[in-house]
Amino acid sequence: MTYIAKPKIDMPGERRNEIGLRQRDYEGALSTLCAGCGHDSITAAIVQAFWELAIPPEKVIKLSGIGCSSKTPAYFISGAHGFNSVHGRMPSVATGALAGNRDLVCIAVSGDGDSLSIGFGQFGHAVRRNINMLYIIENNGVYGLTKGQFSASADPGSKAKYGEVNRMKAIDPVATTIALGGSFAARSFSGDREQLVPLIKAGLRHPGCAVLDVVSPCVTFNDHVGSTKSYAHTREHYYPAVHTDFIPPSKEIKASYDEGEVMPVELHDGSRLLLKKTDADYDPSSRSAAMRYLEEHSSQGQVVTGLLFISPDLPEMHTISGTAAQPLARTAYEDLNPGQAALAELQKDLK
Amino acid sequence: MKRTDTSNPDFFHKVVDCQWGCPAHTDVPEYIRMIAQGDFTGAYMLNRESNIFPGILGRVCDRPCEPACRRGRTNEKPVAICRLKRVAADHRDDISDLMPVIPTQKNGKKIALVGAGCASLAVANDLMPMGYECTMFEALQVPGGLMRSNIPAFRLPAEVLDEEIAMITDMGVDLRLNSPIKSMKDLLKEGYDAVFVGTGAPKGKELKLPGREQGGDNIHIGIAWLESVAFGHIDKIGKQVLIIGVGNTAMDCCRTSLRLGADNVKVIARKPRGFFKASDWELEDAEEENVDIVINHSPKEFVIEGGKLVGMKFDVMEYDIEGGRIKEQRVTDEVFIPCDDVVLAIGQENAFPWIERDIGIEFDQWDVPVVDKTTFESTLQGVYFGGDAAFGPENIIWAVEHGHQAAISIHQHCHQRPLTERLPVTMNLGSRKMGIHEWSYSNNFDPAARRKMEHVPLETRFKQLTTEVELGFTWEQAKQEVERCLNCDIQTVFTDDLCIECDACLDICPTDCLTITRNGDEEDLVTRLLAPRLEKDQPLFVSGELKQTHRVMVKDENLCVHCGLCAERCPTAAWDMQKSLLNFPRASDHDGGAAKAREGKAA
Repeated sequence: MTYIAKPKIDMPGERRNEIGLRQRDYEGALSTLCAGCGHDSITAAIVQAFWELAIPPEKVIKLSGIGCSSKTPAYFISGAHGFNSVHGRMPSVATGALAGNRDLVCIAVSGDGDSLSIGFGQFGHAVRRNINMLYIIENNGVYGLTKGQFSASADPGSKAKYGEVNRMKAIDPVATTIALGGSFAARSFSGDREQLVPLIKAGLRHPGCAVLDVVSPCVTFNDHVGSTKSYAHTREHYYPAVHTDFIPPSKEIKASYDEGEVMPVELHDGSRLLLKKTDADYDPSSRSAAMRYLEEHSSQGQVVTGLLFISPDLPEMHTISGTAAQPLARTAYEDLNPGQAALAELQKDLK
Repeated sequence: MKRTDTSNPDFFHKVVDCQWGCPAHTDVPEYIRMIAQGDFTGAYMLNRESNIFPGILGRVCDRPCEPACRRGRTNEKPVAICRLKRVAADHRDDISDLMPVIPTQKNGKKIALVGAGCASLAVANDLMPMGYECTMFEALQVPGGLMRSNIPAFRLPAEVLDEEIAMITDMGVDLRLNSPIKSMKDLLKEGYDAVFVGTGAPKGKELKLPGREQGGDNIHIGIAWLESVAFGHIDKIGKQVLIIGVGNTAMDCCRTSLRLGADNVKVIARKPRGFFKASDWELEDAEEENVDIVINHSPKEFVIEGGKLVGMKFDVMEYDIEGGRIKEQRVTDEVFIPCDDVVLAIGQENAFPWIERDIGIEFDQWDVPVVDKTTFESTLQGVYFGGDAAFGPENIIWAVEHGHQAAISIHQHCHQRPLTERLPVTMNLGSRKMGIHEWSYSNNFDPAARRKMEHVPLETRFKQLTTEVELGFTWEQAKQEVERCLNCDIQTVFTDDLCIECDACLDICPTDCLTITRNGDEEDLVTRLLAPRLEKDQPLFVSGELKQTHRVMVKDENLCVHCGLCAERCPTAAWDMQKSLLNFPRASDHDGGAAKAREGKAA
């Protein structure tokens, strides 16, 4: 952390996006995380992705629970709406917020503690409801705020800072999402901005619950030899299985590609994803293939990253519930509450 | 690209744009920090070490540092470096105890200095403390050279000049006033160990046009006229005055005219704005005094009626300008502008009627002496040139640097050592880290705008020729202005093998000047920078291969504001903020064993 806020300096040649904003207009308050924290890198990637997508800050809602990761929404898009919920209860708030205003672009930032321990149930139901949100899990394998105990995502055999060895199995949020019937499961690394930014964009544009597990080293409690979530270990065992290019709706796909290696996926808003696979026979649209692929590589100690499973046609919460296209938040009171007479009329049929 | 060699002092020196731009390499950020701490005396002495005349230069320096200032590259005005130098001079205490001790035991070497201007004074300043005996010959009745005769007192008060010149002449210089040297041949016979010529460029250029002869009395050569005004030989001028030329001398001429009774002064420029030679701030000051600057007028004829100058004819010019250069020009009209007097300020030259051409001092085709750019030696061993006398009109700060360099040559010459045996510039780097988030410099970027220099009101400033127009910064103004300095000398120093590539520095950098990317040749590498590379002349730092991914850290020095946030955010201290202290060797550093022994004793 630092005591001095990042100054706003006018530089010649500073670029603006389609709605006239500079990248720094998407920044937030001064980060109070440790210097070198992976979370700050993810924050920077989020800032870049929102700026490039030219999403108006006032159209954004950022949500979080409790933990180091959950502090981060304060550090990006100051102009957005936000809610910092009770520990592990962020998905409930997200459900409510999006039920009330389905037009919001929702980004939720949680951690391995917030989502895989205390909020594991809520996490599962967010995936099941397929809430239209980007659900980022900043995964560092430890409870940083309480001084480095193993979290539920710590790999068996990995060592804590002072030597204890973890004996329990790890919960893999990507495999869990796929198994729960989720529509979008991806993994990335805070140290690979080139991969992370397109995944954030894809997740934001995906119509449903996009779970993005990001390995985010804890420099203070989990960046030592013996850790499996350190910068060095992650880089050494890094296995990018699917590279994702995000193409916004208005842009043409210029590069030519071979059918076998690249898989195009079209999203509902017209934007497209180009998935370039390391292994030609891997199919990220097949749930069982994805599970098998993950299992094979993870068992060899590899950190498999990329957009590992996507099914853009699964219905999201509003489609499932058949709610009105007009957000409730912008529906007139008279329409929401048509009065005693309308209620009586409705009840007639139920008698 | 290869790893940047940051051990070469030039690399970090270039990052300190003001110091790099200053001919005498004044350590600007360091003296600004001293002012910030209220150490005016220290700031003055640090200035004196390199530029010798802080009080003078704090008013009238050409300030090559300011256009170079990094602050100017952040869509803002540069730090008022020159004005801050004056703050140090205005607020300092007595410095007599801090001045070098002049040895009573002389070293037996006698040096003749021709001209008592800034170049000669700089040579004396360096040589006197070493035991040399310097004799300074001056044609006029006062020392100071063009600083005295050509810079009007309303810009540079005589007391300031007197005081700073006395600091040098009081070292025991044998100053001979009213003693023009008539013959170099004779001077050489007097047995001096070396002769330094610092006679400036005292000859104003003539404008030979019809009517020049007849209009004689009312047509003045700028620098000669300024000199006559400075010494009280001229104290009035006509009501309507035309100044021909638009350099800094023209600015002094037009403003001086206003103080001698003119009420309609026009400065005539042949070309449009953007081609003016005058510094922006001198133009501003002249325009503040309601001087009319007329562009695109080319002088054609002095119009004489009844044997008296009544005005001038000009061709009105039109130019086709492409990319800042004139491609085509044509005359579109002819106009007559009435006037009582004309002052010609179209340039000046050095002139050496007193140097015989058969004594071994070679002159080139333009009748300028052939002088070595490093040693300042002429083609005659033991004779040196510096200041405007060496390579034509420059400015005070260049003359001072010439003096420093010539002093080294003279010292080497007097001790039978090769002149080219000169010590290199050296650099020392020292961390400025005090604690986890503490640096021994003010690293927080201050968005304040440049402070405005207050001037004496127009109603009162013309009453006396000697009323200094600029009031100098108040302490309040200085306090704010010093915080605008970006401390470019506090360098970002990177240690490759400490970096864990967490991107923290990239994310916090307010100007996106850092990038971690795969290596490549320069052309390829710059396409991957986070912020576009705008200034190709600014250095690019490229680290060695990073441990984890074999990529490299690249820094575009153009954009860095030295806020130190990269170093604050770095978890492994791969980035550190370190002061680059450059040492520019002087004559006394070239003093082999003897000087070292003295230093040892003093310690």
